Amino acid sequence: MQILNYIGYFLISIGTIFLFLGGLGILRMPDFYTRLQAGTKASTLGAMSTILGIGFLQPEWFVKTFIIVVFIAIANPLSSHALARGSHKAKQMPFLKDEKIGDAYKEEEEKLHKNQKKEDK
Amino acid sequence: MDLFFIIIISVISLGAIFAIVRFIKGPTASDRVMALDTLSVMLIAVLVILGFLMKRYIYIDVSLVYAVLGFIGVITIARYLEGGI
Amino acid sequence: MTNIEIILTIVSLVLLIIAGFFAVQKKDLIHAVIATSVISLVLSLMFYLLQAPDVALTEAAIGIALSTIIFIITVRNTKRFEDK
Repeated sequence: MQILNYIGYFLISIGTIFLFLGGLGILRMPDFYTRLQAGTKASTLGAMSTILGIGFLQPEWFVKTFIIVVFIAIANPLSSHALARGSHKAKQMPFLKDEKIGDAYKEEEEKLHKNQKKEDK
Repeated sequence: MDLFFIIIISVISLGAIFAIVRFIKGPTASDRVMALDTLSVMLIAVLVILGFLMKRYIYIDVSLVYAVLGFIGVITIARYLEGGI
Repeated sequence: MTNIEIILTIVSLVLLIIAGFFAVQKKDLIHAVIATSVISLVLSLMFYLLQAPDVALTEAAIGIALSTIIFIITVRNTKRFEDK
């Protein structure tokens, strides 16, 4: 039982560091898309690791904590993907040093649209 | 053990304060929605730790509800910004 | 109260005042809706610290999902910016 306590404390420490780094990344990054990357990825790993650590510290609670971890792993990337897609549609530009870099997502979308029209004919 | 959890809660609170600074500064609506999302994920972790400290099994249900329902508001605002809703 | 609850109470009260001031002050109504959602988030933590998890559960379910959707549909049907 002692080894489970050590694993739990280690996981909680890792998760706390990642939650703190998520907050710091949100504050320090230069534009919206890098902020989204730092915020959602780091905080997802941090929350999952912290909750699993509590599950190791109290082994009777492990099933419910594991269910919470599964729901976080489904829901959090979903919301961040929807947010990035919505703000790209709302004409939010990333921070670019070189203005000549094109918009790859838009080009792919136009190509897809053209192919679909060709198939319709 | 008590000192360990005091340090844990303080570091997570510092991260939450950074997120709320971005919520105040953020130039567009997308930045603010992202700060809300990060705050909600931090809150889930804090609620589970508090439930462990209070030794009540039933207190975990609040964070379960947050994990299930927390993304609906973000998706609604994102759909509005996209122009789809 | 233990030390942890005192730390969390101070942080959440500061966040509550900041978000409430922000929700009243802004002219863009989408920003006000997001600030209302933050208020509901922090208020749920306050109810949890006062040992009322059932009220916190209801506040979580209604505040973060239902009221946000209703406010967004209202803003969609009227207009986004408040008059100067």
